[in-house]
Amino acid sequence: MLAEGAVFTASLSLCAIVLGVFFGLLLCFGLMSKNKSLRFASKVYRSVWRGTPLLVQLLIIFYFLPHAGINLPPLGAAVIALTMNTAAFQAEIYRGGLMTIPNGQIEAARMLGISTFAIRKNILTPQMFRVVLPSLINETISILKNSSLISVIGVTELLRTSQQIVATTYRPFEVYILAALAYLAMTISLAAIGRYFERRLGKGQRAAHVL
Amino acid sequence: MADAEKLALNAAPNGAPIIEVRDLHKRFGSLEVLKGIELEVRPSEVVCIIGPSGSGKSTLLRSMAFLEEYEDGEVLIEGRLLGYRQTPSGRRRDTDRNIDAVRNCIGMVFQQFNLWPHKTTLSNVTEALRVVQKMDRASAEKRAMENLEKVGMRSKAHEYPGQLSGGQQQRVAIARALAKQPRIMFFDEPTSALDPELVGEVLNVMQTLAKEGMTMVIVTHEMGFAARVADRVIFMDQGVVVEQGAPADLFETPRSNRLRQFLETWNERSSGDG
Ligand SMILES: Nc1ncnc2c1ncn2[C@@H]1O[C@H](COP(=O)(O)OP(=O)(O)OP(=O)(O)O)[C@@H](O)[C@H]1O
Ligand SMILES: [Mg+2]
Repeated sequence: MLAEGAVFTASLSLCAIVLGVFFGLLLCFGLMSKNKSLRFASKVYRSVWRGTPLLVQLLIIFYFLPHAGINLPPLGAAVIALTMNTAAFQAEIYRGGLMTIPNGQIEAARMLGISTFAIRKNILTPQMFRVVLPSLINETISILKNSSLISVIGVTELLRTSQQIVATTYRPFEVYILAALAYLAMTISLAAIGRYFERRLGKGQRAAHVL
Repeated sequence: MADAEKLALNAAPNGAPIIEVRDLHKRFGSLEVLKGIELEVRPSEVVCIIGPSGSGKSTLLRSMAFLEEYEDGEVLIEGRLLGYRQTPSGRRRDTDRNIDAVRNCIGMVFQQFNLWPHKTTLSNVTEALRVVQKMDRASAEKRAMENLEKVGMRSKAHEYPGQLSGGQQQRVAIARALAKQPRIMFFDEPTSALDPELVGEVLNVMQTLAKEGMTMVIVTHEMGFAARVADRVIFMDQGVVVEQGAPADLFETPRSNRLRQFLETWNERSSGDG
């Protein structure tokens, strides 16, 4: 049962992170856009989602959605809240990564007639991901841990499952230690995966730091 | 009749200018960097721009490519205004698409090479061919290989920029610009970031290009190269063109004090280097 909860937590977090990559990139290019109102809107979004507690965001979304006539199971609300939250943090991570890429690379692309979209897609984003990989792993780890908050809206992820087990077995100490170990196992694996990719991407790339 | 006359004029030995710069002004905040530049470049002409550091050489070249937005004056590339369009309410910045169309005939080479480090030599050269010209992979690679061959970098097609020397990277950057088949090439101090022993290989490639009749505008500190290859040398100081002419005239009989001083300093420095 605990294992089931752990799998649930892992898939939920992964889901939020992957969706967050997409929206985080959109938001990041919004933050860096030439268009003033788009930039302003992106900044507001970023500040709101970065500046309020995830638990509060979660509760607001959970209670707001039915209000707006959208009937999603608690799980849906959870994924939306985690995604919207991580998007704000990822956007900042990406922005920092993009700033390490010399502007000359963009000028060279522009002189070749490459469009802004293709510059972002083919030239900036691939390089940026190499730079931000460690921060992205960090963000994944923190989303994984923070996903425990969604137990409060009744999603049976790892923590909620543990609470249920405690309720029937009355052995809180053992169960919560086990839950903690399950979180730890997942975060350590994430860190290891991160290091593996870093090494692999690092191949023919050493000069990126010299340039 | 008028059109026929114009055509005849175009075909005249010197040809109509392929680049015209008229009363060009550029400011960075309160600092006026270009103070009314006039310049004409004819097809197949090789023009070198020299001058002390901070005189506005890079800014001029970058304005001629609209990498800097100039405020006043005009840059005409093959007769078309670059960067702006006329509207009833005055001059407006042009759309990116139109700017790309006007400067499509220009290839640019930078001091810092500006290769994309996550792509191999080959895909640095094919990138624009694939995404801008929509060439299929095979023809893009064929075209890229021809251009790499030309700069002597064919054998390094599958290496990454980080594995190449500065001179090799710059030659790849030249191949990347040439692959688009530009009619004009801009160079901004293409050898200034190179170790002295690597300068020659890049200058050789550029000399070959000049011989083939490429129109070139080169900002450079390589006086020897300018003397050998340029049809015309432009001396800039403090945002104005102080003097211009054939390299022999300019280097041997400078008319202005500023150029004389500049050449003296340069001679001292290069003889000091040994
Ligand atoms: N982006 C910028 N913002 C503010 N000032 C700038 C900028 N680019 C150049 N300048 C200033 O404009 C002046 C001319 O610079 P520019 O780079 O055109 O000179 P240069 O002749 O190319 O010099 P060098 O030989 O050192 O390359 C300098 O005073 C420089 O500090
Ligand atoms: Mg310069």
